[in-house]
Amino acid sequence: MTDDERREFAPWLPTYDEPPPGHVSGSRLERVLRQGRFAVTAELNPPDSADPADVFEAARPLAEVADAINATDASGANCHMSSIGICSLLTRAGYGTIYQISCRDRNRIAIQGDVLGAAAMGVRNVLCLTGDGVGVGDQPGARPVFDLDSLSLLRTIRTMRDEGTFLSGRQITRPPRMFLGAAENPCVEPLDWRPERLAKKVDAGAEFIQTNYIFDIPVFERFMARVRDLGLEERAFILAGVGPLASAKAARWMRSNVPGIHIPDAVIERLDKAAKPAEEGKRICIELMQQLREIRGVAGVHVMAYRREHLVSEIVAESGVLQTRVPHRSRASGREVD
Amino acid sequence: MYRTRLFAVRHARAFEWLYVRLERAMVALDPLFARVGYARIEPPVAAIERVTKGLLFDCKMCGQCVLSSTGMSCPMNCPKQLRNGPCGGVRPGGYCEVKPQMRCVWVLAWDGAARMKDGGTIHDVQPPVDRSLEGSSSWLRVSREKAARLREARDAPRTTIAKAFPGARANEPSAAPLAPEPSSAVRTGDGR
Repeated sequence: MTDDERREFAPWLPTYDEPPPGHVSGSRLERVLRQGRFAVTAELNPPDSADPADVFEAARPLAEVADAINATDASGANCHMSSIGICSLLTRAGYGTIYQISCRDRNRIAIQGDVLGAAAMGVRNVLCLTGDGVGVGDQPGARPVFDLDSLSLLRTIRTMRDEGTFLSGRQITRPPRMFLGAAENPCVEPLDWRPERLAKKVDAGAEFIQTNYIFDIPVFERFMARVRDLGLEERAFILAGVGPLASAKAARWMRSNVPGIHIPDAVIERLDKAAKPAEEGKRICIELMQQLREIRGVAGVHVMAYRREHLVSEIVAESGVLQTRVPHRSRASGREVD
Repeated sequence: MYRTRLFAVRHARAFEWLYVRLERAMVALDPLFARVGYARIEPPVAAIERVTKGLLFDCKMCGQCVLSSTGMSCPMNCPKQLRNGPCGGVRPGGYCEVKPQMRCVWVLAWDGAARMKDGGTIHDVQPPVDRSLEGSSSWLRVSREKAARLREARDAPRTTIAKAFPGARANEPSAAPLAPEPSSAVRTGDGR
């Protein structure tokens, strides 16, 4: 389509820009990280609704402090609005978004098509996940797909981006310019192999890492020491996962019902003893962020405040991790590259 | 069987020794297999493979065996069928997220790999499973592939997968096959 045609038929249509030199996507998150600044990302609680206003409602408390907002892909195998839909809406409005892809629900044909669709909608960051098993979700009778895993997914999207082909070998005329992310869970078994697996993820194509909740600093420190030995912090930006706990009861529930959550007893005890547990949960989260910031190789934090999104701004502000920086959205340009 | 599976991982080093020899024999037999016809020997060899590997490793006959790169712990026993595990849901003590009574297949895999001489191949990123090869003999595929590496047949789509996962192909060629497949090894259509 020529520029004239665009102006005449689809003036609302954004251009598909190539990333600036030294960048793979040009997303705001990628630029912040490559500038060596401490980044903040936050997880959005996806609505059970078809109304776009509900998406903005959910994004509002996160937008003023987050360089990018993660839209989960049916996390915990529970059905919600799709990640691609949320990312498309928020990208239109000028927010940075992270499109989460779980391998649980879609096969390689669907995923590769969705990656192109997301890129066309302006999405520039993608987080590649294996996904929780269907059994923990609201529809345990669903068929688990797991055609790819998080690593083969990373390599697939990297191949699409850098080689300009699908996994089948067919050409892609304009490759998806995506900043590739992966998750890691440093505080659960097998602790000794977690850094090695992270190395595999980086080899597969991961450029940024968002970890699961870190409540156990000593375990995470050991993990990071090995990560630095392997030189991984220089090959990928590592964002440590944090979040405020509402109460000791909620923490215990999470620990036994959500896969992959490790909360030390000391943290739960502290919540138990507190007069105002919710305040204490917030306090713990802020302290963790400040401690994580000091660990060499940690490039940012990823705030997952499930059902406590209203606290995210306060937590980030009080932690001081952003210093004087204010992540702001670009004027509704309809694209992330600006 | 779960028990023999744990046994295989504990003795990963011995099974590695055995597998190296088996593989050499299979590769040496490639000219013979080719003369008899891979299509003709596929059914009996696949049947033998199904029984022995089923007994030892709970083999699911994915047709793209990577046991030597997964500490002799078959990844198809992972409920998520991860080819590059473990996932982030491993329970305390190294138990499976989905089947809490079972040891995580990938915790076992990393332990087994640490016991092996060439266990370092667990660091290779494995490609997704080609589901059309399910039920076929991986042993024959290895002998074909290792022999074909010299000839490196040109087949565009498969070459892309092989190129995208070079490390895996170097160590586990049947994970990203390039050689021509006999028709009896490949299932087609929706009747899977």
